[in-house]
Formats: sequence, C-alpha cells, structure tokens
Amino acid sequence: MDAVTLARMQFGLNISFHYIFPILSVGLGLILVLMEGCYLWSKNPVYERMTKFWVKIFALIFAVGVGTGIVMVFAFGNNWAHFSRFVGDVFGSILGAEGIFAFFLESGFLGVLLFGWERVSKKMHFFATIMVALGAHFSAIWIVIANSWMQTPAGHKVVTINGQQKAIIDNFWQVLLNPSSLDRLVHVLLGCWLAGAFLVLSVSSYYLLKKRHLELAKKSLQIAFFVAVVAVLLQLVSGDSSARGVAVNQPIKLAAFEGVYTTSEGGTGMYVAGVVDKEKKIVRGIEIPKMLSFLIYRTWDKPVVGLDKYAPNLWPNVPVVFQTYHLMIFMWGLMFLGVLLLAVALKRKKLLESKFTLRFLVVAVLFPQIGNQAGWFSAEMGRQPWVVQGLLKTAEATSPNVSRGQIITSLTLYSVVYLLIFILFVFLLDKKIKHGPIEDGQSDEYRNNLANQGTF
Amino acid sequence: MEYGLELFWYIVIILAISCYAMLDGFDLGVGSLHLFTSKDKERRIFLNAIGPVWDGNEVWLVIVVGALFAGFPNAYATLFSSFYLPLTVLITGLIFRAVAIEFRSKVVAPLWRKMWDGFFCGASVLISLAVGIALGNLVSGIPLNAEYDYTGGVILTFLKPYPLLVGFMVLTLFAMHGAIYLVMKTEGELQLKLKKWVNPTIILFILTYAITTLVTLIYVPHMTDRLRERPYLFILVILNILAIANIPREITRGNVGWAFFSSCMNIFALMTLYALGTFPTLIRSTLDPENNSLTITNSAASAPTLTVLAFIVALGIPLVIAYGFYIYHIFRGKVRVDDHSY
Repeated sequence: MDAVTLARMQFGLNISFHYIFPILSVGLGLILVLMEGCYLWSKNPVYERMTKFWVKIFALIFAVGVGTGIVMVFAFGNNWAHFSRFVGDVFGSILGAEGIFAFFLESGFLGVLLFGWERVSKKMHFFATIMVALGAHFSAIWIVIANSWMQTPAGHKVVTINGQQKAIIDNFWQVLLNPSSLDRLVHVLLGCWLAGAFLVLSVSSYYLLKKRHLELAKKSLQIAFFVAVVAVLLQLVSGDSSARGVAVNQPIKLAAFEGVYTTSEGGTGMYVAGVVDKEKKIVRGIEIPKMLSFLIYRTWDKPVVGLDKYAPNLWPNVPVVFQTYHLMIFMWGLMFLGVLLLAVALKRKKLLESKFTLRFLVVAVLFPQIGNQAGWFSAEMGRQPWVVQGLLKTAEATSPNVSRGQIITSLTLYSVVYLLIFILFVFLLDKKIKHGPIEDGQSDEYRNNLANQGTF
Repeated sequence: MEYGLELFWYIVIILAISCYAMLDGFDLGVGSLHLFTSKDKERRIFLNAIGPVWDGNEVWLVIVVGALFAGFPNAYATLFSSFYLPLTVLITGLIFRAVAIEFRSKVVAPLWRKMWDGFFCGASVLISLAVGIALGNLVSGIPLNAEYDYTGGVILTFLKPYPLLVGFMVLTLFAMHGAIYLVMKTEGELQLKLKKWVNPTIILFILTYAITTLVTLIYVPHMTDRLRERPYLFILVILNILAIANIPREITRGNVGWAFFSSCMNIFALMTLYALGTFPTLIRSTLDPENNSLTITNSAASAPTLTVLAFIVALGIPLVIAYGFYIYHIFRGKVRVDDHSY
C-alpha cells in the first residue's frame, strides 16, 4: 500500500471513530434541553431524575468525544501538510471560529451541567444545559461548513505565493454559504438528532422490557419519540434536497451514488439495491424505471448524466460509494419503520405488550450510527480523486516527509488505542444503563452513603 | 521591518499559549502529582479539584493549534508533519488522560482505579514534558530545507539535551503550579500536607530554570540577542524572579490565592521571554536559519483571512473570558466531593 492510501486510512479511522460520539452529544444535548425544560415546566421530579441520569451518560460520551476529537486538530498537519498549506487560509479561519465559538461554550458549561446541580439555581442550570447543547450544534455547524467548502468551494481565489499554490479568501460569506453548506448542515444535524433520539429510545425500551424504572422510561421514550418523528420525516425532505444539490454541484458523485455508468436516452432508472460490476460498468439489481430522473428533475424523461460523460480518472470508487450510499438510505428505512411501530404501539396504548417493537427499538440504536457513518463515507469517497473538489487532488495533499513506516506505526497505535477505548466505553455505558437512574425515595444522601461505603 | 495583522495574530497565539500554560498547566501539574498520595479519598479530591474546569482548560490547546492553522498555515503544516511520531505519542496521552478522568470513577474495584490513576498521572507527565520539548525544539531549531520541509530523523532529532531540559523545566513548572492550586482548593489536614509539597516543587523548578537559563546563554545565544540589544528588557527577567520569590512568601502568609497569581505571572513572564527571544521566527531551521526558518511573515495567511480572524477574536474572546470567569466563580472555594463528583 502506498503512503497516500495509508494516510487516507488513518484519517478515515480517526474521523470515523471520533464521529460515533459528537453526533450523540448533539442529539442527546437537544434531548437534555427538552427533558430539563419539561422538569422546569411541570415540576415533576421524574424529569429531574431523568435529566440527571442522561447527563451522566452524556458525560461519558462527551469525554470520549473530547479525547478522540483532539486528534483531529493535529490530523491535518500530521498527514496532510500540503492540504494544510493549500487550504489553511480558508479552512483555518473556520476551524478557529469553531474553537472560539463552540468548544469554549460546550466544555465550559459542561462543568456546570455535571457538577453544578447544588451550586447554581435550577434556571441557571437549565441555561447551562442549553449552552452545552448550543455549543455542540455550533461545533457541527462550523465543521460541516468547512467540509462543504471542500465539496463545493466558493468565495476563494487560487494564488501562487513563493511558488506554492494556495486558496485564499475572497469573500468570507460566500465561503460560509457555499452551494452545499445549508443542505449538508441540515442533513448532518438531523442525523445527529436521530442518533441521540434512538439512543434514548433504545435504553428506555430496554427498561420497559425489563419492567424497570417504568415511569421514567415511558416519559424518556415519549420525548425521544417526538424528536425521532420530527427528524426522520425532515430527513426525507433534506435527503431529497441534498441529492438534487449534488446533481447540480457534483454530478460525478451523484452518478456514483446511483451507479449511473451510462447516460440513458429518456428517463434514468433508480436502483433500490444492487451489485456494481466495475469491469463491465453495469449495476445488477432491482431498478425502478425513470425514478431517478423524477427525483432529481421532477420530470420522468430528462436523463441523469452518467459517468460515461466524464474521464474515468475523475471517477470515485463506484462500488463502495454506491453501497455506502444505499446502506445509508436503508438505515433511514429501518429508523422510519421503528418510529412507525412505536407510533402504533403508543396509539393502541399497548407499549408494554409490544415486545417486538421494544426489542426492535433496543437494536435500533445502531441504525443512525451506521447511517451516519455510511453517509459520510459516500460523501467523502464520492468526492475522490479530489480532496478539495476541482482544486486539489488527494494524492497531492499529503506530507512529503512522512514515510510509510511512520504512518503504519501511528495507524497501528491508533487502532489499538481506539479498540481499547471502544471496549471500555461500551462496558461503562452498559454498566451505567444496567445500574439505571436513581429511584424515588432513594435520595442523593442515600447514594452518598453508599458511595462512602464504597458500594459504587 | 513593518508588520501588519500577522503581528497581531502572533500576539494572540502567544497569549493563547500563556492561557493554556496557566490553566491546563495547573491541572496537568495536579495530574503529575496524583500518585504522590496513595489514598483513594485524596485522589478523588485531586480529581474533583480540576473536574469542572480541566476540559475547558484543554480547549486552549485546541485554540493554539487552530490559531496556528488559521494564521500561519505554513508553520502548522511543517510543525505537525515534522513532529509526526512524537505527536502521535502526545495525542495518545491526551486521549488517555481525557478518558482516564471519566472512566476512573465508574468502577470501585481498586485495581481498576489504580490502573486509571496510573494512566492519568503518566499522561499528565508525558503531556507536560511534550509541551516543553516542543518549545525547546522551536528555540534550538529543527532541520528544514528550502521548501520548509523537515529532513531530520523520526524521533531522536527531537530528543536532544536542550529540548529535554526545557521539557523537565515545564514539568516542574506545572507541578509547582498544580501544587499551589491544590493548596488553594483544599482545607484541613490535607491542605497542611499539600503545603509541604509546594516548597520541593519550587526548589526543583528554580533548579531546572537556572540550569536552562545557563545552557541557553552558552549554547543557544540567538535566544538572548534581543535582550542584549535592549537591556531595559531585563526588567522582565527581574519581574520573573520576583514572581517566583513571592510564591513561598505568600504561602507562608496564608495568601494562597496570591501565590497562585504569582505563579501565573511567572508563566506569563516566561512566555514573554520566549516570544522576545524567538520573534519573528516561529520554527527555526538549523540548516539555514537565515533563509529556511518559518517566520510570521513567510508563513502567514493572506490579509483577508487575518482580517476575518481579527473579527472572530474580537467577537469571541470577550465571550470566552466572560463565561470563563463565571464558571470559575461558580466552582470557587474548597472542593466538595458529592453525589455528582468523580
């Protein structure tokens, strides 16, 4: 394997592992605001216990998110020195804004959220919760803007300084509001909300199946259900809008998403599922005729431009991009099904009896995770061979002085560390969930006594 | 030589490093001292003394790195691709430290806690050393060719005696800073015990500081050129020494807050001396210091970017300082270990 592939693998590993956690912080952050809001509004102590329980889960997720996220600020310089020199002007200012506007807000008020229960008033604590959730959202906003600029660069000009090409800012607002920013931002945030909502749905369903913490679990489930319904429906609109944006801005990527090798006469069909034959340049699978043309252009007969209109050296790895894209959509289908099943169970007021629905929801925590990961893989691999669309190729973006041996060493080290941390994370999350929230009558003092005796 | 916004941005970065060293410095110091007590209760007090704030403190590191990327992309690219493997080790340390603090409290089994105590302490020592070694290398220089690409070895190039010495100095500096912080946050018997820890850390720091100064004067003369040209700058050195001398005085008088403040001033003075010694160089090239070094001029981002950055800082930093103060205000006073603690 060459150094470029290794560097890509390392960046992929770093960002994919990190990406498990911040999407939960964003989604769970929103849900914490709703939970604590319900508490302040209704004064029902069950919401207080609920918030305190989920805050502890949030803290665990946040800690691993910070630990794995700190890798990312170094990652560009480590393996992608030429990329950093080329885009530093544009990219750096967006990342700087993320640090100043998002990270301080998030990690600053996290202290109040975790340890401030007895130190500040209820309203002030609620304010801190909102700030943490807002910080998590801001962070997502800045980072998606930076990535969107790599997909659809705008507001810059390329200049040569000391024999080095670099992109410099021409119009900052155009950089921020580049053609894909808004679509992708909405798409990613909804993906985060789904991740948070399905985590809460999963844990609550587990309690309902085990007949534990019934009232708390039901109320948690209702809040998460509300978020999930909104997000899963809006995601349909956002997905449609994003795909049509890709058709305009990155037609090669769209052709790879849908496996359109040959531009058709008349309307282009869409594969629900299929296998890509890279050699013969065809897709074998279930095809709905003319559907893609309708979805993209809202007319049945206008053909979608295929890969054949572009030089093959500008094509991404079509089979991988096709499959990850379809996996993402399939995950949306499963989440939609989960929400539908739950809606039926709630409507019939037979939540506790609906064992299948509850079991389905316990597993469903994985769907948004897989969907988010698959979506990013298709978005990033679909942009290849470019790292910045049309401006800089991935192969030209690496660090010239970093050798294969160095990357193999760091890649091995990161893999071992991440595996270890992931196992511990799952172990501790499982322990926290099984331990559950504190029950009525079990006051904090009671728990403190237990703590002093070393019971937990 | 006329400087524009890049000078402003350089000052922002130096101030951000100072903030990082003053804030994360104390919680790294607490981490380095963590294993000097063997009682779980005391270790919990240590952890909870930094619990609500360490995370926000570490953001300053992200700010420093982000600011370098934004304002001096060439320096960012060269620095982090050069220090490749040492940085990978440092990052592993940062990961383990972040999770150790959270993971430790989740299981009571003594072996589990001892393991994470080890990781927490080890990672804190490693990070402190690494910060110093990095600064030491920036002072003495690394081999950079005319394209500003690194041409040295993978690890050993960075572990020369001078950077190692600076590494130890930063380790003792943070340990001293952390010890004072702990005295400030504790009471009763534990506070008396911790007060006895402060003096040895001060002595160790003064020792490494004196040796580093001597070595700098003899072997890294370019560091002191500016001081020799402008003798009035020696007032900084004097202020620095006064700040250090004031620490044991305030501790004895019971004004721990002022001792901590003096320690902060010491850090600030050290950073200013670093900046005065190295300016306008960001990364010195040992191959051709005149032409191959990265300075604030040849590595700066374009004027529009620096303008945008100035706006971001003008808008963001007052907010950061405001809620930074507010959060420290909420968690002022002695540590209380309660239901929500680590």
